[in-house]
Amino acid sequence: MKSRTAFKIGLGLVASVLAMSATAQTVKIGFISTYSGPMASLGEEMERAVKLYMKLNGDKLPAGVKVELVARDDGGPNPDKGKQLAQELIVRDHVNFLAGVVWTPSAIAIAPLVTEAKVPFIVMNAGGSVITTLSPYIVRTSFTLWQAAYPMGQWAAKKYKRAYIAVSDFAPGHDSEAAFEKGFVTGGGEIVGRVRMPVSNPDFIPFMQRAKDAKPDIVFSFIPGGVQSTQIMKAFGDLGLAKAGVKFVGTGDIVSDEELPNMGDAPLGAVTAHHYSTAGDRPANKAFLAAWHKEYGAKATPNFLSVASYDGMDAIYTAIREQNGKIDPDQTIAILKNYKNPNSPRGPIAIDPETRDIIQNEYIRETRRVNGEMANVEIETIPDAKDYWKVFNGKK
Amino acid sequence: MRHNGSYSASPRIGLIEWLPWLLGVAAFFYLPEYLSLGARILVYILYALSVDLVVGYAGIVTLGHSAFFGLGAYAAGILSAKVGVTDPMLQMLVAIASCALLGAATGALILRTRGLTLLMLTLAIAAILLEVANKATSITGGADGLSGITVAPIFGLFRFDLFGKTAYWMCLVVLFICWWITRRIIYSPFGASLVGIRENHVRMASIGSPVSMRLLTAYTLSAMLAGVAGALLTQTNQFVGLNVLSFESAGELLVMLILGGVGRIYGAFVGPIVYMIAQDQLAKQFPEYWSLGIGVLLVAIVLFARGGLLGIVDLVVAHAKRGKSAFAGKEAP
Repeated sequence: MKSRTAFKIGLGLVASVLAMSATAQTVKIGFISTYSGPMASLGEEMERAVKLYMKLNGDKLPAGVKVELVARDDGGPNPDKGKQLAQELIVRDHVNFLAGVVWTPSAIAIAPLVTEAKVPFIVMNAGGSVITTLSPYIVRTSFTLWQAAYPMGQWAAKKYKRAYIAVSDFAPGHDSEAAFEKGFVTGGGEIVGRVRMPVSNPDFIPFMQRAKDAKPDIVFSFIPGGVQSTQIMKAFGDLGLAKAGVKFVGTGDIVSDEELPNMGDAPLGAVTAHHYSTAGDRPANKAFLAAWHKEYGAKATPNFLSVASYDGMDAIYTAIREQNGKIDPDQTIAILKNYKNPNSPRGPIAIDPETRDIIQNEYIRETRRVNGEMANVEIETIPDAKDYWKVFNGKK
Repeated sequence: MRHNGSYSASPRIGLIEWLPWLLGVAAFFYLPEYLSLGARILVYILYALSVDLVVGYAGIVTLGHSAFFGLGAYAAGILSAKVGVTDPMLQMLVAIASCALLGAATGALILRTRGLTLLMLTLAIAAILLEVANKATSITGGADGLSGITVAPIFGLFRFDLFGKTAYWMCLVVLFICWWITRRIIYSPFGASLVGIRENHVRMASIGSPVSMRLLTAYTLSAMLAGVAGALLTQTNQFVGLNVLSFESAGELLVMLILGGVGRIYGAFVGPIVYMIAQDQLAKQFPEYWSLGIGVLLVAIVLFARGGLLGIVDLVVAHAKRGKSAFAGKEAP
């Protein structure tokens, strides 16, 4: 009798443990970003957004499902390191999602891994157009350089004739150069000179001097953002290009929101195309900023990387919710292809089901002083912008 | 353990010298999730071994060995991605040949100098190669790195897999062969003459040793070893980035070597193992602050163990021996 009761109790215990393990699901997200080196501020902006989202939206997960973030540092634009980290996250930590990635070269290097291992990979910054074409498991919630630089070129061609192009010398730089040129030249403008600057470049003076010597109406630039925004803006100001009548235009990274307070008056009047500005006049943006300031202090400013990471987490949480915590890679991609958020801080966004790339509003912004603070004020909206590179080249 | 170049050191492979290889094989079975890290450690051991040969034995102080490591890596990568040669052995051979050429050519030029001048020249060569790789975007991929590298299965049998099993074995076997060769070189009369040159090159010249030829040979051999390491890295990662040519990676390697102990063949083994495992674990625990941990480790080594980790082992052994002999002295009446 005794042994039978013991057996029953034992059986009951086993059953309850099994039941518990069935309900307690942990979804692991491998997160690769840049926490060290000269570009460390980019990683911080992304991670803060991810952690803020997780903190505010814990209740949006199905009961018993937990999300664990496994963060890794790639130390800057080091694609070999990025690839190695992704491999370890997949093989060793058995992550269900890969996310983050500041740098396009890293995302390109990681692409074959996620195809082989079938791990959904949510790109939260890297903006080279080609990335999403490299694996069916890649979804992007950030932007592409074509999305911003092409409308910038179109807009600039209506007002100016001569442009000088100075961009960072890697894939996104080449993208933005080609995109701006296409928009500007088809609009009737002329490119009077161009230079490609090293990716990890602390000194922009020689490049801006060359731009000045070419006597253009405008200088167009793309750089990876972060502290480089201030450096290039100061170089532009110090050499007196604005005084010589040259306008600075570019993708939004040259006037990244969190760096604006460090730039002095140099960015006044700069016109940029981008998908996010903290000055954006939308209720969702106001709420996002309020949450950010509450969590990280009134002086902390989110930027375009933060918003892409925040929305990326929302996409991941949507996929977790719809599968009730049991992540199937192909199912996940099918869900994410139809992901939509009409109320992102940057306006309505959606994932293009055909390309797995983002569709969003692009804004033409002018940097002005508003209530004593520098701000990128949105002056025009291009609704539902797709990645133009894929549109023009028929890529999927 | 430290080979000082005298003929009194026995060239036979001691029992304890098999231990690293046993551990290497055991790691494959017991740490299946760490194989890609393992493969990378093996690559860096080989790279450190090549640097040790010139820095530790021949006394050629170089900061530019990344030139050869990178050339090997890019040679294998370009051969695969641009020319379409996917056979790993062929890639390796081309990497070795190109590094031998570059090593002999640059060595003949720069080994005429010594000290700081030499140091600067080695740096310059690495810097030139880095800039060439950065600018020749159509061949090297520039800052985006070289992707699209495919490596055919070894002997048509063993495919390079996601878990790094094949890569690990490949690295282990290649490292074993290179270690054996390096060991032969170090324990040969040629190796002894290198140590002689390191200690006093004027005296070596005056007793009739062809100093510059010896140095050039050692430099070229070391360049070839570094090329093998580079090609291995390309094959295990199936990707090459500018990183392999950067000054940081050359400096990092020197740090590993100092950590293990310079001028001793197993210093090149211990350094990368400790450094890379520490880095891996710290980066896992503290993704934001891991480099601080590495820094503290280095400061501690430089302050308290100038001979590196193996230097500590030597000290302990020596201390134990001295203790024993002192004890024996007391016993004697």
